[in-house]
Amino acid sequence: MRVGVIERIKGPVVIASGIKDVQIGEVIEVGEERLIGEVVRVTSDNFTIQVYESTSGLRPGEKVYATGKRLVAELGPGLMSRIFDGIQRPLEEILRRTGPFIRRGVKLNALPRDKKWYFKPLVKKGDVVEGGSIIGIVPETRIIEHRVLVPPDIKGEIVKIEEGEFKVDETVAIVRDKRGREHEIKLMQEWPVRVPRPFKSRLPLTEPLITGQRVIDTFFPVAKGGAACIPGGFGTGKTVTLHKIAMWSDSEIVVYIGCGERGNEMCELLTEFPKLIDPRKKVPMIERSIMIANTSNMPVSAREASIYMGITIAEYYRDQGYHVTLIADSTSRWAEAVREISGRLEEMPVEEGFPAYLPDRLAEFYERAGRVVALGTPEREGSVTILAAVSPPGGDFNEPVTIHTLRFVGAMWALDTDLAYRRHFPAINWLRSFSQYAEPLEKWWVEKFPEFPNYRRRALRLLTVASEIEAIASVIGEGALPDDQRLILLTAEIIKEGFLRQVAMEGEDTFCKPEKQYLMLKMIMDFYDRAYILVRHRVPVDDIANLPEVFEMMRVKEDERGVEAVKEVYEKVIKALDNIARKYGIDLEGELRGWRKGE
Amino acid sequence: MEERGVDVISLVKGMYGKVYRGVKEIRGSLMVVEGISGVSYEEVVKIVGTDGVERLGRVLEVSKDMAVVQVLGDEEGLDTSCLVQFTGTTFKIPVSDEVLGRIFNGRFEPIDGLPPIVSGDKRDIYGSPINPCARVHPHEFIQTGISAIDGMLSLIRGQKLPIFSHSGLPHNVLAAQIARQATVPGKEEEFAVVFGGIGLRNVEARYFIEEFRKTGALERSVLVINLADDPAVERILTPRIALTVAEYLAFDLELHVLVILTDMTNYCEALREISTAREEVPGRGGYPGYMYSDLATIYERAGVIVGKKGSLTLMPILTMPGGDLRHPIPDLTGYITEGQIILSPELHAKGIYPPINVLPSLSRLMRGGVGPGKTRDDHRYLSDQLYDAYSRGVKARDLAKIVGEVGLSPRMRRYLRFADEFERKFLSQGVYENRTLEETLDLAWEVLSIIPEDELVRIPREYIEKYHPKYRGRELESS
Ligand SMILES: Nc1ncnc2c1ncn2[C@@H]1O[C@H](COP(=O)(O)OP(=O)(O)OP(=O)(O)O)[C@@H](O)[C@H]1O
Ligand SMILES: [Mg+2]
Repeated sequence: MRVGVIERIKGPVVIASGIKDVQIGEVIEVGEERLIGEVVRVTSDNFTIQVYESTSGLRPGEKVYATGKRLVAELGPGLMSRIFDGIQRPLEEILRRTGPFIRRGVKLNALPRDKKWYFKPLVKKGDVVEGGSIIGIVPETRIIEHRVLVPPDIKGEIVKIEEGEFKVDETVAIVRDKRGREHEIKLMQEWPVRVPRPFKSRLPLTEPLITGQRVIDTFFPVAKGGAACIPGGFGTGKTVTLHKIAMWSDSEIVVYIGCGERGNEMCELLTEFPKLIDPRKKVPMIERSIMIANTSNMPVSAREASIYMGITIAEYYRDQGYHVTLIADSTSRWAEAVREISGRLEEMPVEEGFPAYLPDRLAEFYERAGRVVALGTPEREGSVTILAAVSPPGGDFNEPVTIHTLRFVGAMWALDTDLAYRRHFPAINWLRSFSQYAEPLEKWWVEKFPEFPNYRRRALRLLTVASEIEAIASVIGEGALPDDQRLILLTAEIIKEGFLRQVAMEGEDTFCKPEKQYLMLKMIMDFYDRAYILVRHRVPVDDIANLPEVFEMMRVKEDERGVEAVKEVYEKVIKALDNIARKYGIDLEGELRGWRKGE
Repeated sequence: MEERGVDVISLVKGMYGKVYRGVKEIRGSLMVVEGISGVSYEEVVKIVGTDGVERLGRVLEVSKDMAVVQVLGDEEGLDTSCLVQFTGTTFKIPVSDEVLGRIFNGRFEPIDGLPPIVSGDKRDIYGSPINPCARVHPHEFIQTGISAIDGMLSLIRGQKLPIFSHSGLPHNVLAAQIARQATVPGKEEEFAVVFGGIGLRNVEARYFIEEFRKTGALERSVLVINLADDPAVERILTPRIALTVAEYLAFDLELHVLVILTDMTNYCEALREISTAREEVPGRGGYPGYMYSDLATIYERAGVIVGKKGSLTLMPILTMPGGDLRHPIPDLTGYITEGQIILSPELHAKGIYPPINVLPSLSRLMRGGVGPGKTRDDHRYLSDQLYDAYSRGVKARDLAKIVGEVGLSPRMRRYLRFADEFERKFLSQGVYENRTLEETLDLAWEVLSIIPEDELVRIPREYIEKYHPKYRGRELESS
């Protein structure tokens, strides 16, 4: 082993000398306790190590040991339903080993070495395989079948493969390449976390990630393989939104990175996941989830690594042919870790102390999202969707991390402090948010509900107009507005309270399926069309506003009977408006027909 | 002076470890020591000036023959010929059950005239991060007897919930009231209170000590007090000493501990001072870029741990510089804590105590700690409805300032009346008034009955029928 010596210690950064051939990215063990670190800078006479654990008590003169390895993720069965720190140390085992407080210098493998897995080959002796090919499967959890892949750089003929029980580091197959060299394939492989895993080709993004949150799915959707960010000041609802998506979205696998955030939030996931039953597969959600936790009080440099660790694991399951959602809360804390290390390296800061390469780092990260055709055989597709929280200082989006993130994502769910104060959750501002996926995904909706795009566009327009009217109303008072404008405000309120607001943490409204979203939107917009005709015929808007059915529209989302209840309220609303029309002698249906034609 | 010189010599004789005479440079509270060897990062240093006064310091950066030392304590009177001793250990304090009932300064030296704590386990005041797997998600409701908090911003055992205030507002009175009244309904154990005063004025310190004495709370309390005229750098230690003691009480003695830290703004100012002295690249407002992570190592020490009966609940208090919620200190705090209680100068000016502006305030752990089986089944919905109605009322009030009350729709006028009643009846209470949760929730229903039933869309019908005064055979105030 190559051994050097510590020259200087500055927080998480250690300068050492005495090893000639170290490389950037090489893992170094530092000091007597052999703390894990990575080389971040090399000069002619020394090198700098970013240490992933507390350096408190370290002394100049202590030894450092070069490992010749880069920072890698261990990939194989045994990741699912577990929780790791930023450099993939298993937190549950650490708890067992060192008690409730994390002590440093603990060395544990991510994948247990003693556990045996049942491997069933899918190829046989004589078959030709290449990097990425599936050679067999292991039941990892009740819902996740782990597909064992040939590591990317190997190609050749299977000369040996066996069914049976194996530990992760035992050989299950041997591949002989063209030059006659034999490669042992194990259940486990390693991959350097800072390098994206290769794939064959990218595919267009045509399928939505169904989150069950109306404001997202209907108005600002994200495609499977896309990237969305959710920026917002403290307490505006980033974490709750992301938790809900982690729990309820139709992802096949979720990798959740708690990056520089609260310990209690990770604990909440750990307590909730095992209790939540996947409505489709009927087993606890924990069996499709992997967690990376590097909370705010854990070492900053490991926080920097946690993002790469998470995305590498996500890519690995993508390569097996799964739709994976990667959630990172919060990328701002990651950017701050990058800044802090950069500062200790005395690099030249550009904006707000961030180094000049911040945008590149962000771009590299978001580039790792995508829907792809995986390498190898059989042909299959998989995707990684990235959903990332951004925590702008003071809640002001005009700051480097938010600005640069927006360049690389396809959707933004802009959280709004005012909405949060009014307890309108999710506090996603419908005027500031956007999704470039809305258009390509329209086809998906139209196949199911041909009228959907029309309702969606009209509802968005109505909300925009309503905000303009509100601005006027805040100066002259609502009472002074003409009735048609007051009707717009009323309808906007029904959309906000009855459709956009979705706060349930249990029961019917936690997850709203697409059909119900569509029917609810249709109910409100059909209400608006009819009421509009009535108001034009001088029916006082208060007659409409005071209908009990108006309040029912706001409540129906929580009715346990779901779609049925919406249909029922829909009928009631139409009937109530028909009654008013009759009272005033207005031919509502006739006018609606004419109106639709005219449109 | 001669006398003191002799003292220095005798002190040095009592010093263990390596002692050096002379430093290269003193810059503010930083000191560069050369010609050293075997010094470790973050090691504690003792420094004796020619004035004979002993100060503590901490190694911030170290290379083979040079160390940068942060002087904790008064740097005035230090010159380059002082004595420096490296102790070979990080900052530790001894903890034992003798700490209860005691008062210390920001270096953990007693200031109550009693002897120092010497026995007991020595703990690093910087602590270690709690393993997220070792946490229990906090869920036990604490009744503070204050309606705004219990009803709408419930405090949960193990939560970190700060008070954001302005200078001149009664945040200390509120904190003392919470410390006095906090109980968990149905459980008799009282909270042990650990109080960390950071840059406290003398009157404030006396207020707390008196309060604790008067109510007999002192014997289940520990006070760690750094006064405004104590060295600013010691403010870095004060909250950590308080939390180290609190962790011991909560997770060794298994007590329920409430920690109050006031004023965290003084802490952050000290942090900035050190950062400036080190010539680090400043972040927003001149505060160091790592302030978020630094504050997190303080706030994240709150919590509940698997298999331990105790808990550590943390209430930091800070005054927002310029009254600005977006100032880095409240901003970064809000990003770490589990909600915030915000005090309002306008409510205070109206004579309302406690002047809590509930709208921007939030308790993030409330959801898991209230409701059926925990508090009352209508609690959560009631709170939602109060928020909604009050925010409409405040909006109506703003509008009325422009168009006059007559310009409001009848509905808006109702909400305006609600806002007034809410502030007068629900929010306001006495400094010594301790309301039960039932009283608080019933008061909420009473003020909400101003609003027509149909409009209470945030409360499921079954609870309206169960608790609305109309259905409980009470007289409707408004009819
Ligand atoms: N969809 C939602 N439904 C109900 N309540 C919500 C929702 N979103 C947010 N909240 C409320 O807002 C609080 C704060 O939300 P959250 O913790 O997600 O904020 P955040 O944006 O992640 O803040 P921070 O940046 O400080 O982590 C929650 O505790 C909850 O009370
Ligand atoms: Mg959050």
